[in-house]
Amino acid sequence: MAFFDIPLPVFMGQLLIGLINGAFYAVLSLGLALIFGLLNIVNFAHGALYMVGAFVAFLLLDILGIGYWPSLVLAPIIVGLFGIVIERLLLRPLADLDHLYGLLLTFGLALLLEGAFRHFYGVSGERYAIPDSLQGGFNLGFMFLPTYRAWVIAASLIVCIATWLLIEKTRLGATMRAAVENADLVRAFGVNVPLLVTITYGFGVALAAFAGVLAAPIYSVNPLMGSNIIIVVFAIVVIGGLGSIKGAIVSGFLLGVCEGLTRVFWPEASNIVIFVVMAIVLIVRPAGLFGKAA
Amino acid sequence: MTEFLLSVEGLEAWYDESHILHGMNFTVGKGEIVTLLGRNGAGKTTTMRSIMGLVRKRTGSIRFGSVETIGLSANQIARAGIAFCPEERGIFSSLTVKENLMLPPVVAEGGMGVDRVYELFPILQARGASQGTKLSGGEQQMLAIARILRTGAHLLLLDEPTEGLAPVIVEQIGQIIQKLKEEGFTILLVEQNFRFAEAVGDRHYVVEHGEVIDSFERREVEANREKITGYLGV
Repeated sequence: MAFFDIPLPVFMGQLLIGLINGAFYAVLSLGLALIFGLLNIVNFAHGALYMVGAFVAFLLLDILGIGYWPSLVLAPIIVGLFGIVIERLLLRPLADLDHLYGLLLTFGLALLLEGAFRHFYGVSGERYAIPDSLQGGFNLGFMFLPTYRAWVIAASLIVCIATWLLIEKTRLGATMRAAVENADLVRAFGVNVPLLVTITYGFGVALAAFAGVLAAPIYSVNPLMGSNIIIVVFAIVVIGGLGSIKGAIVSGFLLGVCEGLTRVFWPEASNIVIFVVMAIVLIVRPAGLFGKAA
Repeated sequence: MTEFLLSVEGLEAWYDESHILHGMNFTVGKGEIVTLLGRNGAGKTTTMRSIMGLVRKRTGSIRFGSVETIGLSANQIARAGIAFCPEERGIFSSLTVKENLMLPPVVAEGGMGVDRVYELFPILQARGASQGTKLSGGEQQMLAIARILRTGAHLLLLDEPTEGLAPVIVEQIGQIIQKLKEEGFTILLVEQNFRFAEAVGDRHYVVEHGEVIDSFERREVEANREKITGYLGV
C-alpha cells in the first residue's frame, strides 16, 4: 500500500513524528500564549524552562531515585514555583516599563540557565529511560506505534484541552480573560490581579516543564534542547495569533503535522516550512489565524 | 448633616507629569446621590479613578466610612465596598453577558441576588449567552451597572452612565438610579448631561481645573440655573 508513491509506513511514521513534535509545540506555545496574554511579555526563557523541566526529572531520578510518574507531577511544580519567584523578584519590577525590558530579561535568563546546565552537564545529553509501564508498542498493521509516543500525544492533548476548558469555561478563566482585556477594571472590582499574574506565569512555566518531562525519554536531556525548539514555537504562537489559547493549541498540532508531512514529500524544506507558513499568515492575516485584529 | 460615607479632602492626582487634580474637596452622605459636574477635561473622571485607586500618583485624603483609602490599591479599595462603573462601560468582549455579570466578586454581604438583578434588567437574562459587546449601548450600560449591584458594595461610582444613549434609555437609567437610591445605595455620579444630573442628584459639585469651585443642593438649583449652565458652558 502506498500514498502518492510514498510507502504507507513511511508516510504514517512521519505523520506520527509530526504529531509528537506538534504535541510539544502545542504545550509550549500554550504556555507562551497564556503568559503573553496576561503579562504582555514574550517569555524568551520558555525554552530554557522546558529544558529545566527535563533536567529536574533527570535529577530527581539520578539523585533521589524518584521515577517518571512522580516526576511528571513534581518537576512542573518545582519549575512552576521557580517561575513564581522569577515573576515576583524580576518581572514584577519591570511591569510598568516598556515590554522590551521583560523580553530582554527573559532572554538573559534563558542564556543563564542554559549556560549553567551546560557548565555542569556539557552538551552531549543525559539519557532518561522510558518508564517500564510505557515500554513496547502496538502493531497497527501498517506501522509500529511505540506506547510512549502514543502517551505523549494523549497527555499533551489532555493538558491542552483541560487548560482550554479552564480558560473558557470557569469563573477563574473568565477573570483571566477579563484581566487580559482590561486589568485595571478587573482590579477595581476587587480582584488581586498581580496575584493572578504571578499564578499565570507559574502555570505557563509549569506547562513548559511538563513538556520537558514528556520529552526527556524521547530526546536526550540536553541543555540546548530548549533553544532548538523555542524559535519554532515562537513562529507557531505568531501563526496562531499572539495570546490566543485556541490558536496556540491548534496551530501547534497542525504545524507539527505539516512539518512531518513536508519531510515526506520534500525533506529539504521541512526545517523551514513553519517559517514559510508564518510569513504567509503574516501577510494574509497579520493578527494570526485565531488572533483578533488590534 | 448626614453621616459622610465618602469624604475627599485636598485630593491631588497626576498622570505621569501632568498635574490633573489640584485639591478636590467634597463629601458624599450615606444614601445620597451626589453629582460631579463640569466640562470635558475638568478632572471628574480622574477624581473617580483616584477614589478607585486607579491613578497611581495621588495625595490628600479619601476616607470611606472610617477607612483612609489614599494608600490602598484598587483591589483593596473595591474590597472595602466601593464599586465602579467606568466611562465607556468597560464591558469585556471576550466574556459573555452572564460572565460579565458574574465577574466582580462579592465583597460584602447584602448585595443583590442574581434573581433580583434579572428582575431589574430582564434583557440580561434573555441575552446571557451573547458576547458582552454584542449588546446595544444602552444594554451594555445596564450590564455595567447591574454587575456592580451584586457585589454588596454600598457606594457606587457611576462615570457618565448616560453618555451616547438615546433619551428613552437615559430615562430608564434615571429610573434605575432612583430605585437604587430607594434600596439604600449611595451614588457618586459624574455627568455632562445636566438635565439628567439635576433630575436624580441630591447635591451637585461643579468641578473646574481639578478643583471644586461651587456646590448646590437640589433646592438651590432652580435659583442658580444660569450660573450653573454658565459653568458648564451649555
